Amino acid sequence: MIAIQTTDLTKKFGSKIAVDSLNLAINQGELFALLGVNGAGKTTTIKMLSCLLTPTSGDALLLGDSILTNSQRVKEKTNVSPQENAVAPNLSVEENLQFIAEIYGYNKQEAKNKTAEMLTTFRLTEVARDRAKTLSGGMQRRLSIAMALISGPEILFLDEPTLGLDVLSRRELWNTIKQLKGKVTIILTTHYMEEAASLADRIGIMAAGQLKAVGTLQELTEQTQTNNLEDAFIALASGMEV
Amino acid sequence: MKMKVFAERNLKELVRDPLNIGFGIGFPLVLLFLLSAMQANIPVSLFEVDKLTPGLAVFGLSFISLFSGLLIAKDRTSSFLLRLFTSPLTATNFIAGYTLPLLPIALAQGLVCFIAAAFLGLKLNFNVIVALLTLIPPAMFFIGIGLLTGALLNDKQVGGICGPILTNVSAWLSGTWFELDLVGGTFKKISYSLPFAHAVDATRAAIAGNYGDIFPHLWWVIGYGAAALIIAILVFKRRMTSENI
Repeated sequence: MIAIQTTDLTKKFGSKIAVDSLNLAINQGELFALLGVNGAGKTTTIKMLSCLLTPTSGDALLLGDSILTNSQRVKEKTNVSPQENAVAPNLSVEENLQFIAEIYGYNKQEAKNKTAEMLTTFRLTEVARDRAKTLSGGMQRRLSIAMALISGPEILFLDEPTLGLDVLSRRELWNTIKQLKGKVTIILTTHYMEEAASLADRIGIMAAGQLKAVGTLQELTEQTQTNNLEDAFIALASGMEV
Repeated sequence: MKMKVFAERNLKELVRDPLNIGFGIGFPLVLLFLLSAMQANIPVSLFEVDKLTPGLAVFGLSFISLFSGLLIAKDRTSSFLLRLFTSPLTATNFIAGYTLPLLPIALAQGLVCFIAAAFLGLKLNFNVIVALLTLIPPAMFFIGIGLLTGALLNDKQVGGICGPILTNVSAWLSGTWFELDLVGGTFKKISYSLPFAHAVDATRAAIAGNYGDIFPHLWWVIGYGAAALIIAILVFKRRMTSENI
């Protein structure tokens, strides 16, 4: 079943076209990586799909609900881990998680149970009572992703989830994300080739607001007659011969 | 329910910041005791406690703009608000969630001020309860200013405008430190075209038991408060689309 279907999804800021007639279909349970350099349109795409930005034209259906006409239903089924660590600084780790669970409709006891589960999954139990602003960058990122997952979303948007993390934290996070595959539809934006190659079922390459290619790692390398994702990306994104 | 959860979060953020408590409650109390000590040593009636306390209670409310503006600005610039905009919280949840926790804080500030003043000779009677109620309209005005500045500016800008500028304007043009009649003229006219002097006069009337003198002043404050809140709500709703965040 298709989880996300975009139809000519476009976003313009004045004369600048940030996303240009995006047509994309993502299957339920799939981990789809949107790969592109800075300014390619990845974050703008995520913002439109999560109903944060109104498209200039076009539409998207998320599990049957339109982002234009049914945004409230879309928001109930999705969650986002933004690029920056978006946590409530003076709340504890536990309180941050409980807060998100409750605003997504869980009652106090359910929110407590879900919080305990997330603390274990993301190895945050030891710092559960610490204020979020005192955590290291890596831990704040784990908390931010835990806050995106605690609501039990059917679709999860991870915007550059490992940006700024050290290699160990990045690998830990990859392992956590891999465990979600098949259970949650995940759209992950990244400009790290190895991240897309390691995690994604399929990869979409964006450049200058356009979707240049979509496929598995193998399909993309075969299409460009290259040996690795980096070369395939360069060939597709820039039109250069590698 | 969601609004209540969001309001609880905001209340926790506000009361857990020691600067908020220090400035909001501590600063007016320090001024109250200092100026009362000065009054004890001067022959003229400049800082009588029943005139000074209402002024300081209103002055203390001006810090509400700073607290709330900073909270919203930091939420915006840290992307926490972005995260919340993708959640099922509605515009009403947001606005109520940011504004409602501030009202009990404002009233608590006023109450602490009046109780502290009791140690300096202020009579604690039914008039104090009426005086507390007269603090609600100026509180809503300062809450509206906080919501507006938080929606429009970054935290440094909020700190600059709601910090030294707004607190000084509300103090100097309210008749808190000196009677406006002493300056008179254009200064007095300007002061009484703004809500601060009216807020102080309304609260002074309440403390004095002159209930008939409250509302002519309070209507000014209610008008400014309603305008501030309406403009703030409209601006906040517009900023909810991320291209304006």
